[in-house]
Amino acid sequence: MKDTKSILLAGVGGQGIILMSKAFTAGLVAAGYDVKMSEVHGMAQRGGSVSTQVRYGEKVFSPIIGRGEADVLVAFEKMEAVRYAEFLKPSGSAVVNDAEIVPLPVASGAVAYPGGVLDAMQKAFRVRVVPASGLAEKLGSIRCMNIVLLGALVNALGLDKIDWKAALTETLPPKILKLNLDAFEAGFHYGG
Amino acid sequence: MESEKKHLLTGNEAVARGAYEAGVRVCSAYPGTPSTEIFENLVQYKDALYAEWAPNEKVAVEVAYGASIGNVRSLAAMKHVGMNVAADPIFTSAYNGVGAGFVIVSADDPSMHSSQNEQDNRQYARSAKIPLVEPSDSQECKEFMKEAYEISERFEIPVLFRMTTRVCHSKGLVTFNARTERPVEPYARNISKFVCTPANARRNRPVLEEKLKALEVYANESPLNVMDVKSPDVGVITASIAYQYAKEAFPKDTSFLKLGFTWPLPMDLIRDFASRVKKLYVVEELDPFMEEQIKAAGIDCIGKDVIPRMFELNPEIVRRAVFGIEPETTAVDCDVVPRPPALCPGCPHRGFFYIMSKRKDFVIGGDIGCYTLGCAAPLSAMDTCVCMGGGLSVAMGLAKAFEASGQTGKKVFGVVGDSTFFHSGMTGAVEIIYNSGNVIPCVLDNSITGMTGHQDNPGTGYALSGEIAARVPIEDVLASYGYKNVIIVDPQDLKAMQKAVDDALSSEVPAAIIARRPCLLIKRIKHDIGKCVVDREKCRGCKMCLKVACPAVHVKDGKAEIDRTLCVGCTVCAQVCPFGAISREEPAAARKGE
Repeated sequence: MKDTKSILLAGVGGQGIILMSKAFTAGLVAAGYDVKMSEVHGMAQRGGSVSTQVRYGEKVFSPIIGRGEADVLVAFEKMEAVRYAEFLKPSGSAVVNDAEIVPLPVASGAVAYPGGVLDAMQKAFRVRVVPASGLAEKLGSIRCMNIVLLGALVNALGLDKIDWKAALTETLPPKILKLNLDAFEAGFHYGG
Repeated sequence: MESEKKHLLTGNEAVARGAYEAGVRVCSAYPGTPSTEIFENLVQYKDALYAEWAPNEKVAVEVAYGASIGNVRSLAAMKHVGMNVAADPIFTSAYNGVGAGFVIVSADDPSMHSSQNEQDNRQYARSAKIPLVEPSDSQECKEFMKEAYEISERFEIPVLFRMTTRVCHSKGLVTFNARTERPVEPYARNISKFVCTPANARRNRPVLEEKLKALEVYANESPLNVMDVKSPDVGVITASIAYQYAKEAFPKDTSFLKLGFTWPLPMDLIRDFASRVKKLYVVEELDPFMEEQIKAAGIDCIGKDVIPRMFELNPEIVRRAVFGIEPETTAVDCDVVPRPPALCPGCPHRGFFYIMSKRKDFVIGGDIGCYTLGCAAPLSAMDTCVCMGGGLSVAMGLAKAFEASGQTGKKVFGVVGDSTFFHSGMTGAVEIIYNSGNVIPCVLDNSITGMTGHQDNPGTGYALSGEIAARVPIEDVLASYGYKNVIIVDPQDLKAMQKAVDDALSSEVPAAIIARRPCLLIKRIKHDIGKCVVDREKCRGCKMCLKVACPAVHVKDGKAEIDRTLCVGCTVCAQVCPFGAISREEPAAARKGE
């Protein structure tokens, strides 16, 4: 299974992880890959920590991976990067949105949000920090943050030959397409 | 009409497609993660088939079974615990047999992503004596569905179609076929077959046993069971999603017996496969369902000695269990704070549970739904949660225990949601009236089945199809039982909510509370959205506002702060602030940041 790539996407319920995964897999399917993707629904979605997994290659069996098996981790929120880091291969890399969403135990004052999250990640892995939420807000809506991260992920994976405009057109409502095409470009070119 | 185009579908979407292609005409279900999207996807075929949300899983199975007796192919679907509710008609339908094909989907939830237990519903096939079909990916979900109807009709028996979370919610590529319309035989009354008197049941009993023998013979030849013999050294018998994991964990030359028809087990085929390999593994999630039967047949195999018997598997767990290979990981030197699910900002349940959280003498029977999150700190306003509908009746048991043991001074409440009320909460409400329970039933009516992702129910006024349906008013139901004092209150108005609780407690006649406000995520309703702001001059950092457990409210530099991207302006935090430091912005100012 050497040719199968495994991507883990992690964040907080409501951040648009599933929609981003949909656009990502639409591009991969159009490019002719065998693709599997796993989502979590229900209880976990209510403001909790959520993840999806995307695997693609010539022939993919399992839709999910275990510890030490992801090639790329995309974190929609920075602390979620640390939470799911054990799923990354030691040689893997991470794309991390430099955004902080306060979980309830922090909001209620029971514990503090950890400091030095990005430094700790960068000491352990190759990390591409993307201010995706900030870039999205500049483009006009924080909601397109997920597609900023898609652009960054596509760049990290070197999948720029795929027609991502077509994949986004297929996945998103026409009303928000232009915004998200811009978001994709912003993420793709950020820091590169 | 076969199309080469491949569609990336979840298992649930593929099951819906499979039912459509199989010519199914009547479908009934109650939503439950991870099964819900099967029916949400059946709606797209509504020109060809009828699909509905039933009040509960038992009703769904009865409706689908009735349709089968009426000679049309039918489908019922539920999450694993829903099958406990539906078990009664399922067991007897096996004795009676079917008219046209009848398939029951059970979606199990290993690792309990969104469930209260991880029961292995393959055991139901064995105890209800019905054949078991298990797909391992989306394409199989579609194809096996069609085969399940063939089995059901060929052997005149209901078929259990068992999925798991990772089969339901994983996407894989699927090709489509055209729908095959089935000719429908005209209905004719058949008392000896479909009326389960003891005399008929005694006659059907040995017939069922003969069917099971014939099914085992068939299982040995079923196209769903595939032997792939490679190396004679190691063989793996596996089914469902565990097959996908084992394929990655074992070397490429490993021999596989991949089973899709898993009860009655194809024991001749298994024996044949076992004779071709030196070492035999059985890789299955949860119970040693296949392993125990294989061992009982005198076939040596390795299973739960190494493979975990609880929680879901993945390729890494199988690799570690079988070969002792630990994965290489890199530790990150940083602590992580848990991020538990919480009631959303603006959730109508917040006001109810905040008021309930203030009294130490309250005992609160909880139930299954978004509002189970009322148990989370700092609200912590729940004593029990067991099952759908149990909120009222478990509270009744607590009240009777307090009475029987002289534990005085407790005030007992039972809590159910609107969908849960219609599911099986109504009987608990009857129990409390009938047996003079000292319990106040509370229906948290957010006008939707929330946790499963917004499905309609008898209280919403809409059907699964999206069309307008009869609405059953909860207050009328409760009044008809004898609750002479049904208090309807907006839980977001804390003063009114407090008064409702006080009035119910001092009521001379049986009282019930309906806390009514629609879920803020319902799209067809126009909600009053705004933003709350903190006046940092007035805020004294008392942290009262944190007690409402809103994800949008936190403390920064000793004073309250509200996250504008999360806040919806419900004002519950503002109502609890003793210093008037939180207020809702005027609409004009609130537009920014939406």
